[in-house]
Amino acid sequence: MTDERLQQVSKLRNALIRPELGATAGAVLVFAFFLLIAGDSGMFALQGIENWTVVSAQFALIAVGACLLMIAGEFDLSVGSMIGFAGTVIAILSVQWGWPIWAAILVSFAICIAIGGLNGFLVIRTGLPSFIVTLASLYILRGLTIWLSILTTRQTIIGGVKEAAQGDWLAAVFGGKILTGFFAWMGGNGWIATFSQGPKAGQPVVSGVPMLVVWAVALILFGHLLLTRTKFGNWIFAAGGDAQAARYVGVPVSRVKVLMFMFTAFCACVFATCQVMEFGSAAADRGLLKEFEAIICVVIGGALLTGGYGSVIGAALGALIFGVVQQGLFFSGAESSLFRVFLGTILILAVILNTYIRRMITGER
Amino acid sequence: MKKLLTAVSTATLLAATVPAMADGERFVFVSHAPDSDSWWNVIKNALEVASDQVGVTVEYRNPPTGDLADMARIVEQAAASNPNGIIVTIADFNVLQGPITSAIGQGIPVITVNSGTIDQSKQLGALLHVGQPEYDAGKAAGERAKAEGVTKFVCVNHYITNPASVERCQGYADALGVELGSQMIDSGMDPAEVKNKVSAYLTANPDTNGILTLGPNSADPTIAALNDMGKAGQIHFGTFDLDADISQAIKDGTIAFAIDQQPFLQGYLPVVLLTNYARYGVIPPNSVNSGPGFVTKDNIEMVEAQAGTYR
Repeated sequence: MTDERLQQVSKLRNALIRPELGATAGAVLVFAFFLLIAGDSGMFALQGIENWTVVSAQFALIAVGACLLMIAGEFDLSVGSMIGFAGTVIAILSVQWGWPIWAAILVSFAICIAIGGLNGFLVIRTGLPSFIVTLASLYILRGLTIWLSILTTRQTIIGGVKEAAQGDWLAAVFGGKILTGFFAWMGGNGWIATFSQGPKAGQPVVSGVPMLVVWAVALILFGHLLLTRTKFGNWIFAAGGDAQAARYVGVPVSRVKVLMFMFTAFCACVFATCQVMEFGSAAADRGLLKEFEAIICVVIGGALLTGGYGSVIGAALGALIFGVVQQGLFFSGAESSLFRVFLGTILILAVILNTYIRRMITGER
Repeated sequence: MKKLLTAVSTATLLAATVPAMADGERFVFVSHAPDSDSWWNVIKNALEVASDQVGVTVEYRNPPTGDLADMARIVEQAAASNPNGIIVTIADFNVLQGPITSAIGQGIPVITVNSGTIDQSKQLGALLHVGQPEYDAGKAAGERAKAEGVTKFVCVNHYITNPASVERCQGYADALGVELGSQMIDSGMDPAEVKNKVSAYLTANPDTNGILTLGPNSADPTIAALNDMGKAGQIHFGTFDLDADISQAIKDGTIAFAIDQQPFLQGYLPVVLLTNYARYGVIPPNSVNSGPGFVTKDNIEMVEAQAGTYR
């Protein structure tokens, strides 16, 4: 048997080279760990679960976009600035200009996706590393956001979106909750905690599943199916693995990459819209450092920084680990400044693991 | 197996970070300040002093980048962990309204501090607010200035878009019993610009005998302008906040007083008040003004010795 393609591969090795295996094991361990040290702190009560689920879902929203883009061989460092920008655009259009919320949201999405497309176009056209191109957009977008909000309102925080969004159909798609009836019923039966005083007395503390979580699950499923079940998914892998080789076999590499930049921008805009609808205000400093958090989730999830390898499920698990660790440290009462020490440690160990896996696959020394 | 290694080492790291559970109540202090903001160090020290004195645990939490949406999550998280009380700044009423009212609705006592107003605190349903009302602080400064003979003044406003800044000038004018009018100047932030505007104003209005600056950004260039014009010490000069230049000017006699909002009290008082509320059910019915405290030639030595730790 000289042909290596026909060689038998052991089951263990096959399991180990799956990109999400590391993240799966990591997630299990993280949960076990926090159950042990913070099990009675309210972290695994319904309200605590909602808290870390929402935070993880936020990370997952931007991680899915960053993951597909990274597999296609590129980075987007402008995600965080895009979040601040998209939110501010929605707030200015709706609160300052009096547009209906649905129109403001749609226009904001259009602008963001166009900027994402421009990022991709510049990367393809100039041949510059996406790291540099999107670093430029990081500054440009953040500056524009601050300038726009000062120009229109003389403040860097724009409030009043909640009032403007009252009863709007599209606002509910981003800021609403589902299954509220079910939760109210459970609250009424005394199975889950309810408010004991104040204007919301008697209503359940956790009133439903936030749309943010629904969006995150939907995007994860979409990204996973796109990547593993479609021709386009193979193109993404090919474009990130070896762009030149992919071009030779007829993969439209440029189109794939530009589309992935647009998708990343779309994800950032979903994040921003959910945030603005939930909190009722936009601020110029929203989303700071989120681009790195997205990349961290993706890397913990087993994708390679060089592209061509990774999984959306892995990135989602990376987001879950990130969220659970961040909130879990709080529940366990640890000093919050140590969170970054912990995060850095996880990151470096995950990357070492990934490098090891890559050597196993490619056989390089 | 590498992952196992990851987990083991992270577990060790974590285990080292979990503090021994103290007896007594647990409170959470949530601020809006990013990690880089050193002003909050005073409050952290105050929390430590208070928790040691009354035997409770206080956890200080803040959004690392100062992102207020993250702060809202932290408040939600604080409520989910069922503490005996939450102390929180009202950095943005819109963003924090939901999480804070939810926490109160669950029966968790909440005291608001620092940012925000007493009205907002009441509207949220918090027990009370510990902070410095800007108008009152300006007024107290004006009363002091009036006693020292000020009749015509200039208020150097370097942050005119902030309503709180305007309130400070307004309070000062009201205490003197004069119209604010054009006595408040929009100086901008640039030191050279501030200095030139102050010089120009004092030249055009030579009978001005009082100056109020709203912080180091406007105070430092104003000190320089007075030195250049040879008027240092000739005009009654009060300012908000402290820095090295301001404390030197206080010692020189250029500045009569600096207004200190006494952040120490914003950390210390809520912990003590919430502890007594949890143990004996007693709490003062009204909000507490932590400032204005005045720093003058008489107490500048003591303030300087504790600058950055307790002052």
